[in-house]
Amino acid sequence: MQTVSPQDAKAASRRHFFVGVIYGLWGLIAAALSLPALIYLLFPPKARKPEEWVLVGDITRLTPNSPVEMTFRKNRVDGWKVTSERSTAWVVKDAADRITAFGPQCTHLGCAYHWDDAKDEFLCPCHNSLFAADGRVISGPAPRPLDRYETKVEGTKLMIGRLHIGGEGKS
Amino acid sequence: MRRRWNGINDWLDNRTGIRTAVRQFLYEEIPASSGWHQVFGSVAIFLFLVQAFTGALLAFNYAPTPGDAYNSLRYILTELTGGRLIRGLHHWGASMMIVVVVLHMVQVFLYGAYKKPREATWMVGVVLLLVTLAYGLTGYLLPWDNRAYWGTVVTTQIAGQAPAVGPYLARLLGGEGAVGVVTFARFYGMHVLLLPPATLLLIAIHVYLVRKHGVAPAPGDEQLPRKQFYPVQVFKDTVAIFIAFAILFVMAVAVRVPLEQLADPTDTAYIPRPEWYFLFLFQTLKLFSGPLEIVGSVVLPGLAVLALILVPFIDRARMVRVTRRTTAIAFVGLAAIGWGGLTAAAVKSTPKEASATQVDYSAPTDWLQLSPEEMAGIGYFRKENCASCHVIGGRGTAIGPDLTQTAIHKDAAWMIAHFKRPSVMRPGSSMPPIQLSDAQLNALASFLLKLNEKNATALDNAPDFAVAGALVYQANRCGACHLVNGGGMRIGPPLNGLAKRQSRNWVLEHFKNPQALSPGSIMPPYRLPQGDLENLTSYLFALPD
Repeated sequence: MQTVSPQDAKAASRRHFFVGVIYGLWGLIAAALSLPALIYLLFPPKARKPEEWVLVGDITRLTPNSPVEMTFRKNRVDGWKVTSERSTAWVVKDAADRITAFGPQCTHLGCAYHWDDAKDEFLCPCHNSLFAADGRVISGPAPRPLDRYETKVEGTKLMIGRLHIGGEGKS
Repeated sequence: MRRRWNGINDWLDNRTGIRTAVRQFLYEEIPASSGWHQVFGSVAIFLFLVQAFTGALLAFNYAPTPGDAYNSLRYILTELTGGRLIRGLHHWGASMMIVVVVLHMVQVFLYGAYKKPREATWMVGVVLLLVTLAYGLTGYLLPWDNRAYWGTVVTTQIAGQAPAVGPYLARLLGGEGAVGVVTFARFYGMHVLLLPPATLLLIAIHVYLVRKHGVAPAPGDEQLPRKQFYPVQVFKDTVAIFIAFAILFVMAVAVRVPLEQLADPTDTAYIPRPEWYFLFLFQTLKLFSGPLEIVGSVVLPGLAVLALILVPFIDRARMVRVTRRTTAIAFVGLAAIGWGGLTAAAVKSTPKEASATQVDYSAPTDWLQLSPEEMAGIGYFRKENCASCHVIGGRGTAIGPDLTQTAIHKDAAWMIAHFKRPSVMRPGSSMPPIQLSDAQLNALASFLLKLNEKNATALDNAPDFAVAGALVYQANRCGACHLVNGGGMRIGPPLNGLAKRQSRNWVLEHFKNPQALSPGSIMPPYRLPQGDLENLTSYLFALPD
């Protein structure tokens, strides 16, 4: 057993206090800088203008179960920029006259697919995913049916809204 | 557990020498007189690190070209959570860094710590001060608002005046002719690519020199036992750093950093003012005119820097106690008085009314899209204290319903009838009737019909001068002839973009006697009270193009 003189004990407790304050204050500073930084980087930007409906085209020329690729322009909000860009949708009218608009990218790895008239299937040329006219996966590596746009019909005009991942779009 | 930890530590130290190095750094011996007066150097390094960190964060959402800089900064301020705080830290951190660096120099100067053998340490320190100022100068341009643009126009012109090197300097800054994309790119490159590594290198040399010669002792230190840097001095440094950081954080939260309108090279009415720490130079410049201007802009500042660098060779006397360094104390005192006087004179000469009618673009400016009638509605909304009972977008006391939702299922006729006799339209309502004229109720209704969750910021952010101006506009039925934001008539010219077409004085005079300034005009003269006239003009000048 070592004997500790009161003087040494006092010096040790002083030292303890200094070290404690050093660690404590640096911890506070680190927290006050890193938490706002994480919030700044990870929180999504505050709500911008709601998604607007975009006119895609006329649906009178559609024939049942024969998809047509329609091009349209839409505004995309990208950070501080709003860009107007060209986009496409595959529009299908089924036997019951219901309209569906599919997003233009294969759900596997995002290649552009196209309608194969001879086989009545959507074919993705990248990895041979096949989809039916209602978006179902027939074969190939695609993990889920084609993505669908929200749609509404005004007279003979087709309007589309948000793209729903997973094919669960309202119409 | 502890043994394992020690084992890892031993292994790491054996391979890298890190523990030995840290210990050598921390257990460095310092003179007995060391204490609170020597904390400023550490605080300055800390603030530099804060600037580097917040600067990198800003760069993650900032587009460094004149075309995008302003919009991306507005995006940081109005769209990103915490963006305002990060920019506040960076902005006020810059000011604070200058304060701390100067305090550090004053301390070293007063104590005579630059004397043999520490001359090189001092000179590197002076270069670090210049680098700190260069950050301020280059960073000033990056928001690309009017303040940034016009401030930099003046700076590059001054650089161009320098004897002999002037034209080359101007070319180097890309400022030949005008401030534009080239100047912007060079300033950004200096600010984020050149200066930070230069600062790191200079700090490394500076700290190395401090370590090489040791902290400067005070006379009489030789007889006293030396102290260790850790933990007592580290504790003092840490407390000082924490105080500085706390002040900085509070400023970043509480003091709004304004953002003016997008840089406008055609704005002839803009009066540029530099950042507060350059105001004394700005004022010095005014003391000289004509061919002597160069004395104030280049010669005097150049001589001052030269004198600062040569301080260790000018004063070569023996070290004495700080209290006996009367010349040094008098010198610092005089410098402080001179700096303070020049700065105060510059502040005094800054026109005040300009800032009162300045639109703050660092906050959402949805109000700029409203028609004058809707803006007048904001005036009545505020006057009638509607917000004391109604919720606006989830904020406020919920005695009355949320007014951002009412426009969906109510029309103007219902609203006006409701304003007049609330309990008739909505039995059981505790809302008191609003005592306003039909035209005023119309304005209030038109604003409430326009109000939604997205533009609710207009209610808080519309500046008083603009609301007052819109009320004057409305009361005088200017909309019967003029168009603003798509509302009104086209008998007279549309008023959007008026600031681009006419000067403020022209507009003020035009109200009094339209035919004198635009012959053939059918506009009647308006004899408005001076306050109304000013507010109306400021409002019209704030309108988007």
